[in-house]
Amino acid sequence: MSVEVVLPGVLADLAGGAKHLDVQPAGETLADLLDALAAAHPLLGRRIRDETGQVRRFVNVYVDGDDVRFCGGLGTAVRDGAQVQVLPSVAGG
Amino acid sequence: MTDLLAIGTRKGLFLARSEDDRRTWAVSEPHLLAQEVAAVCVDTRRSAPRILAGIQYGHWGPTVMWSDDLGASWQETDHGAIRFPEDAGAALARVWQLRPDTAERPDVVWAGAEPHSLWRSTDGGCSFSLVRGLWDHPHRPTWEPGGGGGAVHTVIPDPASERVTVAMSTGGVYVSEDGGGSFEPRNKGISAVFLPDAEPEYGQCVHKVAVDAAGPDRMYAQNHFGVFRTDDAGRSWSSIAGGLPADFGFPIASSPSTPGTAWVVPLVADMQRVPPAGRLRVHRTRDAGGTWEEGGEGLPDAAWTAVMRDAFCVDEGDPTGVYVGTRDGCVYASADEGDTFTLVADHLPDVLAVRAVRLP
Repeated sequence: MSVEVVLPGVLADLAGGAKHLDVQPAGETLADLLDALAAAHPLLGRRIRDETGQVRRFVNVYVDGDDVRFCGGLGTAVRDGAQVQVLPSVAGG
Repeated sequence: MTDLLAIGTRKGLFLARSEDDRRTWAVSEPHLLAQEVAAVCVDTRRSAPRILAGIQYGHWGPTVMWSDDLGASWQETDHGAIRFPEDAGAALARVWQLRPDTAERPDVVWAGAEPHSLWRSTDGGCSFSLVRGLWDHPHRPTWEPGGGGGAVHTVIPDPASERVTVAMSTGGVYVSEDGGGSFEPRNKGISAVFLPDAEPEYGQCVHKVAVDAAGPDRMYAQNHFGVFRTDDAGRSWSSIAGGLPADFGFPIASSPSTPGTAWVVPLVADMQRVPPAGRLRVHRTRDAGGTWEEGGEGLPDAAWTAVMRDAFCVDEGDPTGVYVGTRDGCVYASADEGDTFTLVADHLPDVLAVRAVRLP
């Protein structure tokens, strides 16, 4: 199983400069995917989720274009060949 | 001799240097640009001074970063220097305090954080362990967050013993005599005007605590209304606010070398967090709070700003240097114990923390 992860430029440095990553998760949920991503790139994983495993408040994750906050959260199903995009939300000051 | 002033702001860290005994300052370009730096310290116990910064990436979460080359490069621990263990069920929200221990414990660094937690590092700040004596304290579930969040914002290790004093908003002052193994509240005499019981055992909103040069048992506290002193390591506190134009404020600092000398920066009140009459001034005592004198020639009038609890510090120079950072992005330095100030920088982001050290 292979999933494409798309990163914003500001996070790409934490993945060796790549904005597109092919990740092979051990399971079929978003949590499995993020676990695999964090295992390969710990700093990147920590930017996306806190130590309780929750996606940070101002980070948005989309599975095939759907915001996971509205479709299953970390339990969202991630199919073989899916695209998972990480984006910073509109926030700041 | 170089005087180094680390300035943590809401959008980065700035380093100011003085080569002429604190008369003039050169301010660096921003380090860690766009990251909130709410806590900073410079650990001079190492062969190369280490700058530790408690940062908040905004979208990407908080962590501790360090530089061993005065800001030229920065490092962080892959899995996070401060990371709650799984059974704690908590996530780090902000690092509020970074405090090197003594020269006799050269690799020990303490951190205070939000949610209310105390952390201890034995590797110079690269990684920290949760101090369970405070985290597991039965009072912890009832410590309320202050307006900025519930945090340990003050950590004071005693160089001569295993005593560790912390202060929290809210929660108050807690002291451990066994290196953090266990803590007890020590707030008797400190008021809590926002609670039905005006003098509870704990729950006070103590904004900052400083230790007198005379010894570890004498401390000063700037409270959420009230300025207090203890002479018995916090077991009892007495008001020393008489003579101040207002007893509200956030920082308090003490001389590292002259007993009885301390400074505060009064604000009008909790509902009016600006200097009295808009005059930003420091007030100094030389008799442990018996009397206060206004200082601050060179500080601005018509300054409708405030000074955060860690945006105020002293150095180890002789005479003692005093440093003030404001929410409107100005930093002032005094080389004469607060009598007169010069502008170090202006138009910075909100100043959250300042720390001054002397480098050989």
